Amino acid sequence: MTQEIIIAGFGGQGVLSMGKILAYSGMMQGEEVSWMPSYGPEMRGGTANVTVILSDDRISSPYLKLYDTAIILNQQSLDKFESTIKPGGVLIYDPQGITHHPSRTDIDIYQVEGHKLASEMGNRKVFNMIVLGAFLKIKPIVDLDNVMEGLKRSLPDRYHHLLPLNEDAIRKGMKSVIDYKSENQLMSEQH
Amino acid sequence: MAELRLMKGNEALAEAAIRAGVDAYFGYPITPQSEVIEHLMAERPEERTGMIVLQAESEVAAINMVYGAASAGKRVMTSSSSPGISLKLEGISYLAGAELPAVIVNVVRGGPGLGTIQPAQSDYYQAVKGGGHGDYKLYVLAPASVQEMADFVPDAFEIAFKYRAPVMILSDGMIGQIMEKVELKDQVERLTDEEITEKYGHWATIGKKGRKERNIITSLYLNPEELEERVNKLVKKYEKMEEEDLRYEMIECEDAEYLIVAYGSSARIAQKAVQLAREKGIKLGLLRPITLFPFPKKQLLKLSDQVKGILSMELNTGQMVDDVRLSVEHKVPVEHYGRSGGIIYTPEEILEVLEKRIIKDGSIRHNKTGEPSLL
Repeated sequence: MTQEIIIAGFGGQGVLSMGKILAYSGMMQGEEVSWMPSYGPEMRGGTANVTVILSDDRISSPYLKLYDTAIILNQQSLDKFESTIKPGGVLIYDPQGITHHPSRTDIDIYQVEGHKLASEMGNRKVFNMIVLGAFLKIKPIVDLDNVMEGLKRSLPDRYHHLLPLNEDAIRKGMKSVIDYKSENQLMSEQH
Repeated sequence: MAELRLMKGNEALAEAAIRAGVDAYFGYPITPQSEVIEHLMAERPEERTGMIVLQAESEVAAINMVYGAASAGKRVMTSSSSPGISLKLEGISYLAGAELPAVIVNVVRGGPGLGTIQPAQSDYYQAVKGGGHGDYKLYVLAPASVQEMADFVPDAFEIAFKYRAPVMILSDGMIGQIMEKVELKDQVERLTDEEITEKYGHWATIGKKGRKERNIITSLYLNPEELEERVNKLVKKYEKMEEEDLRYEMIECEDAEYLIVAYGSSARIAQKAVQLAREKGIKLGLLRPITLFPFPKKQLLKLSDQVKGILSMELNTGQMVDDVRLSVEHKVPVEHYGRSGGIIYTPEEILEVLEKRIIKDGSIRHNKTGEPSLL
């Protein structure tokens, strides 16, 4: 099994750390993992993305043209990466701020209202964990136990009191992910 | 017991340096290798092993600190990225001339000039063909994974002390910045002063201590015969490196009809291209030089009897391709494919180029029978 994932959004949304937690979780499960960030002069508000690969085998190229799954957190990233998902692959996105929704019909598309749910939970920083939860619901490639172990390893000790909050956020994301049919799909069904 | 961690290539290299019993690190920050000094500073190795870590006032200062520590028989390392390595080249030439062991790490970024902070492999010539002035070579190791970033540190020191010569680890922004699983080796104790005296007392400047002759570290030989003798001694070292310490890896080469030659991060991308090619029924193999000097010349020459064409891929405009062509003595067509500016090719892109330029065009231009091939 090999899962090739791109996570993309604004810098400051927790894109890189979501990828890191996913990579740690894979490692806890005994998988080979790679985490390759775009490390341009990005800052809060700029775009950031990271390629995460989990595999049973030695990982060859950490740099890819096509992905099994894209986790998209802003419009620019949706525009850039929608076409890079393999046919039959998965797109998960937060609809907040999205005006041009995905249009492909050969992939499975899901929405998770990460921003909204994080605000409801009273902590906007757990936004990325809600989205991670949504991904894990659709692609249960790592057990929640291993994710929590991965979180523990990637967070400094001084933040360990926040682990239960993060677990709640992941569970919330798992419950809240919804199947989204692209406008094209809806149109073709109507015909 | 080995310890498993998820680390960036730069961090793994820094941690491996502490664990390898390195005595000192002198450096100056530059993207994309700053995590090396960041990790070293954060780990406080002076408390763990007594290793000294110092941010010098410049790259030039750092390499000259390396010269000083190496003269005293200490295990010493520095790291930088391309523009910083250019600044260190004078010192590197002096290290080679004075026969001093040291490890220099280049986490390559795109050039020339300040270029970009994105990954590139455009310092191949600089690393392999001298860079600094004078008749010298560096033993050059090219890691292709975070694990190798860690493993090559003790390997590099072993070579540096075996030959009393500077060794370069030529990485790049991709291998420096990627996070992967890495198995860290156990802590090796630093050598004591007594051990250094015993092992390196015959050359290191550690005090005369009752001996008749003083040890002198220098690269200045105004007597022509003396300098020629020194230069010839260096040549002998490089010949011995070629005989004894060449490293390479062959992937799917047994039945290969076509070959990619690639090192470092490109070798990772090439490996995926090999997999994609095999899925399409193209018998493609990969020769990955692990050392860039020494270069796997004989292995390439041998493979040139077997394969119909070779694609040399590097993140530059064509540097290693020269060595590939020299090695195969024009027996088979050799093409270069590269990207620059920090752009990285995808495995699909490589396969497309191979199919067009090597399999299709190459067979027409270079068919040994003189008749166009129908491939």
